[in-house]
This record gives sequence, C-alpha cells and structure tokens, in this order.
Amino acid sequence: MTRQPWSYVPAALIAAAALAPVLVLVYMSIGADLLFDGRTFEIVLNTVLLAVLTVTGAVLIGVPLAVVTTYADLPFRRVWVALLAAPLAIPSYLGAFAFFAAFGPGGEIETLTGIATPRAEGLIGASLVMTLYTYPFVLVSTRAALQSLDANVVDAARTLGLTLPAAMFRIVLPRAANGIAAGALLVALYTLSDFATPAIMHLDTFTRMIYVDYHAFGLDSAALMSLQLLALVVIVLFFESRIRVRRERPGRVLQLPLSRAVNSTAFALAGVVVLAAIVLPVAVFGAWLVREGVVGFEPRYALNSAYAALLAALGAVIVALPVAYAASAGWFGRLCERITYLGFGIPGIVMGTALLYLGLRLPLLYQTLALLVLAYILRFLPLAVGAVRSSTERVENNLVGAARSLGATPGEVFRRVSLPLILPGIVAAAALVFLEAMRELPATLLLRPTGFDTLATYLWRVYEAGHLGRGAVPALALVLVSGVALVLMLSGEARRRRLTAG
Amino acid sequence: MLEIHNLCVHYGDATAVRDLSLTLGDGEILTLVGPTGCGKTSVLRTVAGLIQPAAGEIRIGKLRIDSKRNVPPEKRHVGLVFQDFALFPHLNVEDNIAFRLKDRAPAERWLKQLGLEQHRHAMPDTLSGGQKQRVALARALAHAPALLLLDEPLASLDAALKAQLRWEIRQALKAAGVPAIWVTHDQTEALSVGDRMGIMCDGRLEQIDEPDACFRKPASRFVAHFLGDAAFLPGELGSTHVHTALGDAPIGDVAHSPDTRVDVLVRPDDLSVTAANDGNGHIEWSRYEGETRLYGVRLNSGAQLRVRTNHEHQLDDGAAVDTRICAGHALALFEPERPTGSA
Repeated sequence: MTRQPWSYVPAALIAAAALAPVLVLVYMSIGADLLFDGRTFEIVLNTVLLAVLTVTGAVLIGVPLAVVTTYADLPFRRVWVALLAAPLAIPSYLGAFAFFAAFGPGGEIETLTGIATPRAEGLIGASLVMTLYTYPFVLVSTRAALQSLDANVVDAARTLGLTLPAAMFRIVLPRAANGIAAGALLVALYTLSDFATPAIMHLDTFTRMIYVDYHAFGLDSAALMSLQLLALVVIVLFFESRIRVRRERPGRVLQLPLSRAVNSTAFALAGVVVLAAIVLPVAVFGAWLVREGVVGFEPRYALNSAYAALLAALGAVIVALPVAYAASAGWFGRLCERITYLGFGIPGIVMGTALLYLGLRLPLLYQTLALLVLAYILRFLPLAVGAVRSSTERVENNLVGAARSLGATPGEVFRRVSLPLILPGIVAAAALVFLEAMRELPATLLLRPTGFDTLATYLWRVYEAGHLGRGAVPALALVLVSGVALVLMLSGEARRRRLTAG
Repeated sequence: MLEIHNLCVHYGDATAVRDLSLTLGDGEILTLVGPTGCGKTSVLRTVAGLIQPAAGEIRIGKLRIDSKRNVPPEKRHVGLVFQDFALFPHLNVEDNIAFRLKDRAPAERWLKQLGLEQHRHAMPDTLSGGQKQRVALARALAHAPALLLLDEPLASLDAALKAQLRWEIRQALKAAGVPAIWVTHDQTEALSVGDRMGIMCDGRLEQIDEPDACFRKPASRFVAHFLGDAAFLPGELGSTHVHTALGDAPIGDVAHSPDTRVDVLVRPDDLSVTAANDGNGHIEWSRYEGETRLYGVRLNSGAQLRVRTNHEHQLDDGAAVDTRICAGHALALFEPERPTGSA
C-alpha cells in the first residue's frame, strides 16, 4: 500500500512548470540595481492606495448588499443576486474604457445629454472602476458566511435582551467577519494584479509601469518591478492563508423584516451599482456602434481569441487532471496542487514578462502562439484544477471498490463510473478557462505573435490610437462572453450546492 | 466456502489485523463485532481484495490469496455492501442494481423482494437512508456473489429503522443462500443477526462461537464486558456449585479442582434484590426501563452491582436490601485477577 500514485510524476512536472515564472523573475533580477528611489516610492504608494480605496469601497457596497440579499424578503431576490454578482464576470478594463469615454469634457455623457461631468481618471477614477467590478467578491463571500449562520443564535441573543440591530452587530457580524475579510483580500489581490484599469486611468501603479518600462528600457527593469509587485501579492496571500472561514452546522437562515426606508435605500444602492457597472458600459459601447459601425474590425480577431482560448482550455484540462488526482492521493499531491495555485496570484503582466524572457532565451518559443497558450494555461490552471477536483472528489474509493466487487475491471470502472462522474467537471473546467482566456489582456499584449490580434488586444490598440469608438464590436463581444461566463459560474454554484446538500 | 488462515494486515507501520483465522460455511452468516479500530473492517477489505494481506492465506472457493498471490476484486465474486452505500450517483436505482447484468431478471427479483419497485427510476440522492441501504443490498445480491461482505450496513441509519432492517437483511441473505460476513460495532446487532459471531479486539479474534455461547461463556473479560453489563464476584469452587458472598451458583460440567479461587461473571439478570433490614446492601439508584427495572445496589462490602428485575418490582432509593445470585444456569468462571478486581 506504499506504492506511489501514478499521478505524482505528471503532477510534480506541472508544479515545476508553475514555479518556473517566479524562478525566471528571480534569476532576471539578480544583479539588477535594487534602487528604491522617489519614483519607486510613488509607484508603491499609488498601488497600495488604489488597493486600500478599492477594498474600502468594495466592503462598503458588498456587505450591506449581502445582508439585504441574504436576510431580507426582497421581491425577485434571485434576479438581484445574479445581477449584483454579474460585474465579477466582466473584466474591469471594459468598465475603465467605458468610464474613460463617458465622463469628462467631450465625453459621451456630455455629447448625449449636454451635462458636464468631471473626467474619470487618476486614483479616484481607478478606485471607482475597480470597486464597481470587485465588490462582488465581498458580496459573494459575505453571503456565504451569512447563510451558514443559524438564525436560532440571533433569536437566542434577542431573548437575552439584545435589540435586533445590536444582535446584528454583536452576534452576526463577528461571525461573518472572516467571510468579509476573505472577500476583501480577493479584492486586494485582483486590484494589485489588474493592468488595464490603472493604465487607462493614467495612474502609475506597478502593473502600468511594468508595461511602460518594458517598452522604454527593456525587460530587466520590468522584471525587477514584477518582483516588487509579487512581494505585495505575497503579503496579501499571507493574510489570506491566515483566514479560516468557519463553517457552522447549517441551520435556519435568518429572516429580517426590514422597514420600507431600509428596503428602498437598499434598492437604490443596488440600482445605482448595476446601472454604473453594467448598463453604462453597454450603453457607451452601443453608442459607439451606432456612430462608428464596424469600421476597422475584422472577424479574424474574434477567431484568434477563440482559437487561442480553445487551445488553452484543452491544455489546462489535460494538465489539471493528474494534478486533481494527485491532490486527493496524499500530501505530496496536495503540495503540487498548492503550487499550481501560484498562477492565480501572479498578475497577468508579470506572467507575461517572465514568459517573454523565457521566449527570448528559447528562440523556438519566441513569438509563437505556443508561448501565449502556455501563459494562459499557467495563469488559469487553478480554475481548471478546482473544477476538475470538485468532480474527482465525487469518485470516492468506495465507488471504485463497489464497482470492482461487482466484477468490473479497472478499465470498465473508469469508463462506466469514474468518467461519467468527472466529465461534467472537465467540461466546466474547460469552459471556465476558455472564457477567461478569451478576455485576457496584459499577457496577451506582451506575448502575442506579431500581427496576431485578439478581441482584447484590438480594443487596446484602438484605445492607444485614440479611436476608442472603433472598439464597439470587440467590447460588446467581450460583454457577451462575460455573460456566458456568468451563467456558467452561477449554474456551477447551484450544482455544488445541490451536491453538498444531498 | 471461505477460509482465512493466520491473516495479518498492515497499514504502513501499523498492524490492523494479527494472526486471524476463521472459516465460513455455506449459507452461514458470521457477524464480526468489536470497538472502533479493532481491525474488523480491514478483514473485510482484505477478503474483498481492496487490501493485500501482509501474511497468511485466504481461500474463497477455489481461489487462494496470500501476500504474494493477489486476485483482483472483480475476479473474486465477493459482494460488498458499504456503510455509506457507495451507490453510483449518476445511475438510477434500477441501473445501479443491474450495473453489470446482461440478463436483468435478478435485478427485477431483488427490486420486488426489497420493495423498491416504485423507486426504480429514482436517483440515489433522492432516496432516504433505508432505501439507499436496500438498493445497495439489492445491487450486491443481484450480481449473485459467492460471498457477501457487509461493512457496518446499518451504522448510518436511525435506531428505529435499524431493528427492522437488520432482520430484513438477514431474511434476504438466507433467501439468497449467500454466506456473509457482517461487520458491526453494535453488540445487539451482532448477537441477533449472526449464526455465529466473532469478537475482535486490537486486531485479534478474541472469540468466535454461536451468539448465546459468546454471551454465556465469554472467552475473556473483554468479551464479557463488550457484550453486556458484567461484574465479577470472587468465589470458591465446590463440587457442583461455586460459593460466593451472594450465594451459590451451579457450575455445569466444567472440569475443575475443588477449593480453587475463581471470579464468577454475573450479569444484572443473574441477581435478585429483596427488601431486608439485615441484608447485604442498599439501593443507590434505580432506572425504570419499561419492561424491566435496573437497580444500582451498593453492597456493604463497598462494591456496586447492577441488578435487573421485573418492572412491577419497586424499591425506593436508600432502601436496605438483600442481593442474591438467582441464576439457574451455569455462570462463567475466570481466573482471579490481582487483588484490585471489581466486586
């Protein structure tokens, strides 16, 4: 019984590949001047300020909405939850483009309505956009925490003399605190990693300066900043690893009778958020389409996006299977699985920098689609491993034992029991990676072969050329892709809940 | 049908089963019982072929398995019923039961026999615990195993269902004529469903015999305690009776030398209490249990005994009583322990 599981060998290789980008960065920056001048300080300050403001905004929006959508008897509650979670699926650069185009002198709002608005840019603009697209992290994790709390505990507190608001603060919030913190750290992680929003808003954060430096001074300086950014990421990941989301035995979920005033305030907040995060971008892109039509857009861009994303999806699934199997086989497998999660913490622009360096050393890979697909796989592998693993866990040892005791050979067990059970997970994993890769921008910008444009990079190019209006088609296409991703995400959530309930 | 000789099973450095031997006859039901971690489930998994033995030999019909010769589980014709049922979640009840059947007639037979007909198209996660258990049993029996292994089949069900299902399963096994090993940690279950029972402790088989023999003549103090309330009274052997402070008890036809000091196993129903001011103890507590009443009696010597009486019997706490052995059958005798023995 001490035989090593077969999956350990491929899992170890994949973990090594996932570690490679970090090692490359460390190697690149050896010998580089560790200059910590005024400019570096300004970049750190901007990056941290953006993260802090975004987290604050996300908590201020996410927590009240979570309380209301979990505990209050809202009409069309499920529709509201889906709508409020939707910005999570939309890449924030779409919002940034829309806000950039809509506000300010000569912006879409002034053109259409004549109302003058201040320009959306800098720290405030970037924080606003980031908040609108990241608060769902807090909403979702807080809702999960609130739902797991037993209402009887609140009732007990009230029989002991606490008023309802006091009970919320003293009994509910402390128990939901870990859930809120988990969501807030995801927001921080996402904010540190995001490239396009600060770039569009002209805020000099690490991600923006890595890209600028690469074009101005070459890779070495970009690599050094990549490492500095990774250090910030590691700090966030450290706090995240300290958070234990406590699971209580599920009981009755609390029902709050909310006054009409509170209810309409909540409705107003939810309405404004949905309006700004979803309706405004779609309206702006629609206006572009009407004004500029499809000039300059070629269907090739969409096909390129789909082709690269499809290759990434296939690759990620093939790679995720042995990792998922290894993870349920023992501690070494779990370690390999943990390492593949690195991709999640490595910002796209940093992953791009590392692989670009690798490509320059290995002419075979330089300027090839393979290198881009590799970047997608490494970056989105955690999504694939998570989805595949949730289904491989359904194939318990006992099921295999039961099938074999009924006379099935190992091959037949795989075909008739294991495969049907893990297939939905494999399909879900492939779809998740496909949809993420379709929308990926920073790594694609750095690694795409010359002349290979995707929906996202085309959008970036028309922005850099100052013809944002020509981005209507790719922007709307990306919104559509995001919609599909959202449906998939929500149905996956529903399926998981059914499975754990049964 | 099944012979196990000197079986040893290891998990890494830990030994789960030590030198275990047993045989199982055609159509016989053997229950294996013991506290958690005693190795009973390891025996099952080894017989099923999910674990390789470290030493010893297993014979199933004509098959021989030992530490070098393995036979894969699918070649053994050994059915297995799991505690968590292990129903295939993507197949409905009917398809679970007929998993590898070309001719579905046996599946139909067991669907009917176990009352599952109206659930034939249901998916496993919509069934209740008792229904899942019936499906798992039907699946195993429909594949006509030469031997059936049941791993705590009732452990995840509630008490009321257990009593009913344990008898249903026994009837089904007898109807199918399949020999079975039934692992449980519940001694009442083991006593009532097995033709014979084996009691395991720490990887070893302490005793294997018919249930009433195990209960009446336990091979060790561990077995005596495990199967029910047990107390040990010091006594001295006479020619036909053993003499104790609470009276005499017959000793049956055990070979013995007179005047030997022994400990006598007494269970609550081997004793009687009567109110008596010059008796040997007093009532400390009493527990009404419906058909019977259980008394905790503190003897004047300081020892405490439990005594079971008819439910009409009633004595107040603190009442002075006289406690006597009233068993008409022979009581089990043990070598005396060190002076600190109970009672």
